[in-house]
Amino acid sequence: SLEELVIRPLHSGDIYTSFQFRTLWETDFTRENKVSHYRLFPKSLGQVISKFSVRELHISFTQGYWRTMQWGQPYLPSPPGAELWVWFQDSLTDVDGTWKELTNVLSGIFCASLNFIDSTNTVQPSASFKPLGIGNVTDHQIVCTENLTPWKKLLPCGSKAGLAVLLKSEKLFHSSFHSQAVHIRPVCKDDQCKTTSWELRQTLNVVFDLHNSGQGKNEWSLFKMFSRTLTEACPVASSSKIYIDITDNSQGEQFELSPATPLLSQAVVLGDRRTFSVYDLTQQITFGTICNVLKLPVTYSAHAGDMLRPLLHAERYVAGYGLQTGEIHTLMYNNHPYRSFPVLLLDSVPWYLRLYIHTLTVTSKGKDNKPSYIHYQPSKDRVRPHLLEMLVQLPPNSVTEVTLQFERALLKWTEYTPDPNHGFYVGSSVISSLVPSIVAMDTNNSRERPLFSSFFPSKEESSYFVRVYTEPLLVNLPTPDFSMPYNVICLTCTVVAVGYGSLYNLLTRSFQIEEPSPGLAKRIANIIRKMRGVPPL
Amino acid sequence: MAAPLTLLLLVAVTVRAALFRSSLSELISERVEVVSPLTAWKRVIEGLALLDLGVSPYSGDVFHETPLTIYLFHFLVDYAEVTFMVSVAGSSVVVTYLILFQFRKQKFALEADRYPLDCLELIRSPKEMYYIPLKVAMFYLLNPFTILSCVAKSTCGLNNAIIALFILSTIKGNVLLSAIFLSLATYQSIYPLTLCAPALLYLMQRQYIPVNFRRASFWWFIVQYAFMYLGSLFVIICLSFFLLGSWDYLPSVYGFILSVPDLTPNIGLFWYFFAEMFEHFRLFFLCVFQINVFFYTIPLSIKLKEHPVFLIFMQLAVISIFKSYPTVGDISLYMAFLPVWSHLHRFLRNIFLVSCVLLACSALFPVLWHLWIYAGSANSNFYYAITLLFNVAQILLVSDYFYAFLRREHHLTYGLYLKRKDGSEATLVLK
Repeated sequence: SLEELVIRPLHSGDIYTSFQFRTLWETDFTRENKVSHYRLFPKSLGQVISKFSVRELHISFTQGYWRTMQWGQPYLPSPPGAELWVWFQDSLTDVDGTWKELTNVLSGIFCASLNFIDSTNTVQPSASFKPLGIGNVTDHQIVCTENLTPWKKLLPCGSKAGLAVLLKSEKLFHSSFHSQAVHIRPVCKDDQCKTTSWELRQTLNVVFDLHNSGQGKNEWSLFKMFSRTLTEACPVASSSKIYIDITDNSQGEQFELSPATPLLSQAVVLGDRRTFSVYDLTQQITFGTICNVLKLPVTYSAHAGDMLRPLLHAERYVAGYGLQTGEIHTLMYNNHPYRSFPVLLLDSVPWYLRLYIHTLTVTSKGKDNKPSYIHYQPSKDRVRPHLLEMLVQLPPNSVTEVTLQFERALLKWTEYTPDPNHGFYVGSSVISSLVPSIVAMDTNNSRERPLFSSFFPSKEESSYFVRVYTEPLLVNLPTPDFSMPYNVICLTCTVVAVGYGSLYNLLTRSFQIEEPSPGLAKRIANIIRKMRGVPPL
Repeated sequence: MAAPLTLLLLVAVTVRAALFRSSLSELISERVEVVSPLTAWKRVIEGLALLDLGVSPYSGDVFHETPLTIYLFHFLVDYAEVTFMVSVAGSSVVVTYLILFQFRKQKFALEADRYPLDCLELIRSPKEMYYIPLKVAMFYLLNPFTILSCVAKSTCGLNNAIIALFILSTIKGNVLLSAIFLSLATYQSIYPLTLCAPALLYLMQRQYIPVNFRRASFWWFIVQYAFMYLGSLFVIICLSFFLLGSWDYLPSVYGFILSVPDLTPNIGLFWYFFAEMFEHFRLFFLCVFQINVFFYTIPLSIKLKEHPVFLIFMQLAVISIFKSYPTVGDISLYMAFLPVWSHLHRFLRNIFLVSCVLLACSALFPVLWHLWIYAGSANSNFYYAITLLFNVAQILLVSDYFYAFLRREHHLTYGLYLKRKDGSEATLVLK
């Protein structure tokens, strides 16, 4: 198995650390029914793959929102909350039932409440996620320490040796952004792809805030970030490396690494050529020197404009006032100076925000920009959400605005969350695109590329795949009064009864002349007179 | 009659055209009192847009109109305003002429002979009756509810036009047309089914068939009418199937009307009741409320079998009050008939109270909606309370007219000035 840690100082002064652990498993599910040779692959996930005929699975738990404009592009984008993508084998017939069972099993494995995933927030997009599927959930969920422990258990060395030693929950969750993910997919073992093996990748991305972590002086060390030190290398790991991104520090003016290392590596990441200092943990020499001292005294000059602006960036917000209608605005920024490229926008909006597709407008630079492909699946109340996929061509150096009107529904009183006035979350929309790269690449296709640069294979050398997630939205719905069910039933039934009563009276009774009834005294007198046999008064 | 009617039409069309062109039209077409999920114009446009995108309009839960309506608006979407104005004008003209036609049949002299002498003042003279059709047209065209409904382009206007045509053909005695228009009205929304009974009663009265269960002619006529009605309904439903190629519209239109999944606030009783309903009892109360609409047909028909025109009015009122998604357009239809019974005014007991409450509620609806949805200082209970009050006022109005009608009938039979046994003036009560 391979493990690596990438540390990248960001322009805003934060530190972006990304852990990647990869385990390969040579076995073929299609031939054998029972598989028992797991070795380093976690047994729980292996059983999940074989039992549910899974071809690919991606699950991520994220807390915080990735600020693209300040931090650049992440190595692996993930939306806030929990997201699950599964690609099933073709032989599977009952997708819905399997999906439900799978989500329940995964919520057990990861100690996460994934069982809220049901048909009301699952979609099957037609274009956006290929080959990476059926089923997606994007929803809000608080990620907590309970999710980290089962994730760590899946690692081959656990949290006892290697890079996983650094994963201490208090420090990790006390950060601006953290995301843990598990990706399972089949990979080819050789060029002709005659045999496939299963690859399990576990990633953990954390952004540490300079001020939040209480760093007075601008000095980072592994111990200060993680409160742990590296003790020993993981014995089952074939490669264990730490990469520090020193591209911005080519002359050593911004920060300096201590202890310094002569090993350098260059890689093309997200269309950009970056230089890394490499510390190889499998070498005993490195270990001797770095133990707990890896220092990055950082003195930043104020210009943050040097950072390469992300070519594709998106924002989303809700416009309008009141609880009846609203508008969703999605802004997509194309920062490339002269190239335009198409993006695929995937929006999954819950059913209680009724979208009106005839109000969809797409404008770029003030002019109408008609999308070339629209796939819209309207929602069915309480069954499935809206699904909107559009292919939009973004002109160079421009902002494209997509607006869509919606109407807010009044739900049944049992369908509201415990805090209804907090609002309802609308999952992030996903914008996927092949972005042309500004930097010219070299054609050296060496196999020795670091893990984090090779996750999404790019077909051409001059463009790379980018997936951007927008913010989740928080939308308020009109609420009924929750203290009133009995009162409402009584009052409404009273009104219906008033109608029934009046009509019943008029239908069953007839008009008669009313004889006034005599007073009480006279009535008693009449009774006595009747008994005496005398005519009444 | 033609000249004042034309003048009235001109005034009505001018008012509507002025409102169409103003900025108020957008505001009015969003009001929940005027449009419902069944009749909103925005949803018709959405359905047409979905059709253009290649998605069936019934695959989602936004569009609930019948396929014939999509087909109609597919061609008329650019002339929508004209269509609605024509339908409103048409229904008012139709209603005017049907009242006129109905009155022509009544001859003053014949009537006067049947009743006791002191009842002469209860019977309307032709002079009084002369202006009633015009008043009816005025009540329909210049009713603010109708104007709002037309400016919002709610398809309720089309439903009203079909019902007006149905009543006209019934009164003219044309059995086939009556059945066809009734099946169209039922096809649009299920509730006009209850208008079968008054139509049957009227047509039988016209053809001098006695309403007697033992007579074969009675049953034969019912079979004929039912055959024509069901046949045309079947034809229309099959036509809708062929238009869109699937039966998807049945659950989307009729399932929607009957099972009330959408709880958008409106002026009816259903929305808040089912928003606060315990899940366990939901089906039970749904059945109760839906049966409530159809339930009054048989008793009312038995009581009013000699007065089918009043029965039509009562049925329309019951439908408008108790249907699942009422709007002010439905109310304006039965209110248009009120001048026909202007001779009942001396027997009405609560008319002042009812009219005050109706006016106050109509004014309070937008105020409390704004306070709930936009200002956030009131909650849904305020709007719900006004809904309750509005419906109580309508029920009072309808039962008041029913009381007055029955009382007039009683006086026509027994004389107007009734005396008690001791000779003093009598009071009539219902016992």
